[in-house]
Amino acid sequence: MNTEVVYQALELMWKGMLSIFTVIILLTVLVYLINKFTRDKDDVQEKSDK
Amino acid sequence: MSFLYEGIVAITPAQIVMYAIGILLIYLAIKKDLEPVLLLPMGFGCILVNLPFSGVLNQTMAGIGETQGIIEWLFEVGIEASEAMPLLLFIGIGAMIDFGPLLSNPKMFLFGAAAQFGIFAAVLAAAFMGFNLNDAASIGIIGAADGPTSILVSQVLGSNYVGAIAVVAYSYMALVPIIQPAIIKLLTTKKERMIRMEYKPANVSRAARIIFPIMVTAVAGLVAPMSVSLVGFLMFGNLLRECGVLNNLSEAAQTTLSNLISLLLGITISFSMKADTFVNKETLLILLIGLTAFVFDTAAGVMFAKLMNLFSKNKVNPMIGAAGISAFPMSARVVQKMALKEDPGNIIIMQATAANVSGQIASVVAGGVILSVVSSLLG
Repeated sequence: MNTEVVYQALELMWKGMLSIFTVIILLTVLVYLINKFTRDKDDVQEKSDK
Repeated sequence: MSFLYEGIVAITPAQIVMYAIGILLIYLAIKKDLEPVLLLPMGFGCILVNLPFSGVLNQTMAGIGETQGIIEWLFEVGIEASEAMPLLLFIGIGAMIDFGPLLSNPKMFLFGAAAQFGIFAAVLAAAFMGFNLNDAASIGIIGAADGPTSILVSQVLGSNYVGAIAVVAYSYMALVPIIQPAIIKLLTTKKERMIRMEYKPANVSRAARIIFPIMVTAVAGLVAPMSVSLVGFLMFGNLLRECGVLNNLSEAAQTTLSNLISLLLGITISFSMKADTFVNKETLLILLIGLTAFVFDTAAGVMFAKLMNLFSKNKVNPMIGAAGISAFPMSARVVQKMALKEDPGNIIIMQATAANVSGQIASVVAGGVILSVVSSLLG
């Protein structure tokens, strides 16, 4: 076992998971925003009728 | 008369092992219906490349010189030179996926991220077993549960085990219905598996469906530039599907393109299943580490869902977390089947599908992230 590779693997782990979560959280927020601003007119109409 | 039996006497014991592996892959594809689209061509290709003096590989013939072999050429052009085949396959996959369930329930995105943990657990396991970082990262990407991503990443990283990684990735993807239920049961109680989730889909506009693939490509590209080819081609396929004006192209990507590339990808990847590089103890280790990857993917997804439940009023069925892997739609179906078994009438297929398609995006992002980070670590 090469200790240096193990340390590199650990670094890859935290950097990798952080990057993936960063992308995914950004996408989640953006999807909420897109849904808010591009809601179909029918849907908006339906809600105002109620 | 020796020319008649030259081939037979040249067969090595390792090649005999490869014939057995080839036949096993064909058997699993036909008899067990395990990923037949890829395992069958790979199995047949495995036999082709391991025949002595095989004409599908480049050979040097006395008095003639070097001859070109078709499988070696396909590998050099379609995978080694540009990773064209796995990337083109992503156009087809993107065109097949409906991101609607995810767009209407964006919270499910998070499960796709959590379920990539198995990749990094496997990288660590491979590092402990003595693989160098390039090979460890290539083996770890089996945890992406995504065949084309595994092939592409291991090829770009110059791994010596591309063939073994592809075989193991596709084999475990086919075994998701066996691996995941065992891990889910181990980590959840019956009460947790019976949690019902209300499905209140938000209306998703056509504009949102069109903006989504462009947005994903931009965000992933800015955070992890190496993921652009993977994410970009996946999202290009999805844009073809959602734009509404290229239905013919979308259909061609979903059927003709996907079928053609799958057909060639399987037999092409068999180039890396030559006996001298495949029959060794590392292949067995990769088999073991690959299983570790799938186990940790599933476990991380389930544990993340349980963690969310600690802070959320509306409880999530923790099995949804397991559907965050990229094996689509198999994982979502497995989760739904388990939910019905515990509580007939508990329908969580839409939430599971949302997590599952999120896993598709997260896995290609993970592939790009691994390429970027490994490059910076070795640079």
